[in-house]
Order: sequence, then structure tokens, then C-alpha cells
Amino acid sequence: MSAAGRTVRPVSIASFAQSQNVRKDNERNEAEGLQPVIAEVFANVGITKDDVDFICSGSTDYLIGGPFSFVMALDAVGVWPPRAESHVEMDGAWALYEAWVLFQEGEIDAALVYAFGRSSLGDLNEILTLQLDPYYEAPLWPDIVSLNALQARAMIDAGKATEADFAAIASRSRRDALSNPKAQVRHDVAPDVLLEDDYVVAPLRRHALPPITDGAAAIVLAAGDKALQWSERPVWITGFDHRMETHSLGARDLTVSPSTAKAAEVAGVADGNVDIAEIHAPFAHQELIIAEALGLDDSVAVNPSGGPLAANPLMSAGLIRIGEAASRIRAGQADRAVAHATSGPCLQQNLVCVLEGA
Amino acid sequence: MAESEVLHAEHRLEYPYARSTGPIIGAFLTALREGRFVGATGSEGKVIVPPTEYDPLTGDDVGELVEVGPGGVIDSWAWVSHPLRKHPLQVPFAWALVRLDGADTAMLHAVAAPGPEALATGARVTAKFCPEAERVGSMADLESFVLEGGAA
Repeated sequence: MSAAGRTVRPVSIASFAQSQNVRKDNERNEAEGLQPVIAEVFANVGITKDDVDFICSGSTDYLIGGPFSFVMALDAVGVWPPRAESHVEMDGAWALYEAWVLFQEGEIDAALVYAFGRSSLGDLNEILTLQLDPYYEAPLWPDIVSLNALQARAMIDAGKATEADFAAIASRSRRDALSNPKAQVRHDVAPDVLLEDDYVVAPLRRHALPPITDGAAAIVLAAGDKALQWSERPVWITGFDHRMETHSLGARDLTVSPSTAKAAEVAGVADGNVDIAEIHAPFAHQELIIAEALGLDDSVAVNPSGGPLAANPLMSAGLIRIGEAASRIRAGQADRAVAHATSGPCLQQNLVCVLEGA
Repeated sequence: MAESEVLHAEHRLEYPYARSTGPIIGAFLTALREGRFVGATGSEGKVIVPPTEYDPLTGDDVGELVEVGPGGVIDSWAWVSHPLRKHPLQVPFAWALVRLDGADTAMLHAVAAPGPEALATGARVTAKFCPEAERVGSMADLESFVLEGGAA
């Protein structure tokens, strides 16, 4: 195929599992929180760690406050005898991308991908500042809510959104989450009631912010015979790409997402009908930016799981988007879906994964 | 398990490295210490502030440094009614992306203002530097921006 991001070798999302998403899990360490998720993702398809050729995880040391914390988390899988393993200091969606590349190279036929993070361990407003430019931005300690408020204001000033739009997205997300038992924030509150919330950082009110979430998720990928053996209805990755914009916040137009648009183009989002989209937009206004960049029309069901406004476990919330989209295809509720993941401040980096049922 | 039974321990993770700021970022921080701003000339003559060693959109090397500011306009802003402990101002203030006069990109900093009603996108602001003796060549040498005309 000509486009670099199109699938050469079909890879299937064979299994997906996630933990209960909670505000604070201080009774279990990372490996203890992950272990049941890993057990479930294998049990779904009746396999063990011996059936996968590669393991890749996504997490960040800054949450736990210790170096190489992903090594300890491997105890949740058990890696004896030694096996091929890798890690990205990114959301698990990018760990899945790394595994997918190895599939494309023909190196592996099955892989385990997982991600974990306990957001409750520290102050995210300070921790997430450390991802910013270390000379011009981080020394001022601009918190993540304030940076996203700058983006939301830019949307309002550009006439692309109103505060009522943000409330409508938050209301719909948490109402949809009522049917997702793993979600953390689940309720049916009308937008006009949400608009009575105080501002956290104007123009963002409480409801437009994601919850602080501890959680973990895992996916088993498979190709060839294993993909067919492990699924009655394989869910195939048919397009996959990720792109990044400059880290200079003031050099970007924050109301658009050219990196998402480029990734969507390479992944072939527009090559077919999109039934559902799982969008990793932790702040309500970001859903509008990503939906526009993906070229979605009003017929697309966005975040039927409730999305990151209902549960935002750092480092797994992007991977969960892929898992949720695949689950709906497997259940016959959709034939073609788009999953999106983001990283960095104000949607700096974006990943787009197109999934199709067999 | 009750909350009181869970053991807690403070742990501080640090990466105490010294970094060299180089010819472009270093020039900007040195200028701040002197109470002025410089930008770098990028692709198609665009002036990048704060400057990077490459054009953030094209990746091309940047050219000569040019003087910009100290006034500018607010591109976007966010009102903080409850400053966090590490914020540059400990009274209610705005974060803003400020496009300095002569610049084509915006820089992030604080804007001091009496309240959100005093601010608007497009409003003109000017730099308020720390006293010269307190400047060390960092973003904090700029105390904040203030509304032009002295509303703050």
C-alpha cells in the first residue's frame, strides 16, 4: 500500500480488560492493581503469558515518584523465563503502537500491551508541569487546568464553542457512563445545572475537567491464525498513525489539531463510514477540536463509554479508548470505529487508530 | 482497610541536572536579565518569541535575533481566582499567551489585573520586570505583564 500508516499486516484486538476506575486506590501497589487486569485479559481468550511473543507497557515514573517503576509492574505478568519486553513513558496507546510495528515487521504473532497509573499519589497540577518546556514554561508552574483554560478561551474567542457546549459534552459523557460499570463519574445531570458550577480556572468550570483516576488496562493483540482462534469476530486495526506538534504552546493555533488531522489522513479515517469514535479528550472542549480534526459528522456516536470525562486514569485512558471501541465492534454494536489518544499539553501529540469488524 | 491503617511515606524524586541554555535560549534569558526581550527570525521572516534554535513549525534553523516588546497583546487568557503555591503571583491573576510587539508567536506568562472583567483577548499589556538586582536570567525575571495604562 502507498500510505505509510495503512495496515500491511492485519492485527486484531483479541482481548481487552480494565480495572475499576476509582478516585484513589491506596491499598494496592502498581503490580497488585495490574495483576487482576492481566489475568482477565488472558482469561478472556483462554491463554497465558506463554502464548504472547512480546510485552509492551505504558506508564510514567513521575506518578509513583520512583525511577524504572515499570520494571516492578512486570511482576503482574511474571517474566521468568526471560522474555521480550519494552516500555514507553507514554500512554499505553503508544505502547500498543510499538507492538503493532513489530507485527508489521513480522517479528511477532501475539503481544500483551498494558498501562497503569495512580493519579492520586501526587498533585497532578505540579506533576504534569514537568512535561512542559523546561526553560520557558515549566519554571512558571502553569498547571494543566490553566493551560487547558487558555485553549478553551481560544475556542470561545474564535466562535467555535461556548461554555454551554462544554457543559453539554460533560453531561452527555457522564450520562453515557451510567451504562459503563467501570467508569468513575456516572450521573445524569442536565447541562444547565452543570453551568451553575464554579469556575476552577475561567472559562473552565468544574464539570469540564476530567476526574482524577487510578486505574489500569490491558489488551492482547494477535495476527494470523491466533487472531482467528482467539476471536469469533476479530476486530482488525486497519489504519494507525500518530503525529506531534511543536512544544511551543504560543506557536500553535490551540483551536485546531493539525497533528490529529494528519494522523487521521494517514490512518484512512475517511475511507469508510465511522459508527463510533472513542476520543481521548480529558477536557470537554477538546472533544470538539478532535472531532473536527477527525472529520466526524453528527451521525457518529462519540464516547459511548463515557470517555475520559467519566474516567481518566493517566497513562491508560488512551489505551482504554482503543479497547472500548474494539469491544463495541466485537459486540456487534458497530462495524467501524475510530479510537484516539492524546499526550502532552493542550493536545500536543495525537494518535489515531481505525478498527473494523471482520 | 481503613485509611488510618495505610502506611504513608514522603518521597521526593529529583533530577538535579545542570543544563546549558545555548546561543538562542541563553540570549533570551540574558536579555530578560537586562529587562528586555529578543526573538529569533524564523521561516518567511516570522519572529519567534520566546525563541527556539529552530522554527517550531518548519524545523528550519533560525536566523538573527531581533528586539521585541516590551508591549504586546493578549492572544488568550485564563483567570485564576485561587493561585496554587508555585504560581508566579499569589493573588488572583490571569495566565495569558502574550504576543509581543514585533513577534509572530506568543509567550506564556502571568498578567496582573484587578479582576477578570478588566481583561479581554486583544487587550494591550506591557512587561513589568523584577528589580534589576533580583534578576538571575530566568522567566521569573519578568514579574508579570500588566495592562497598558496601568489598570493593575
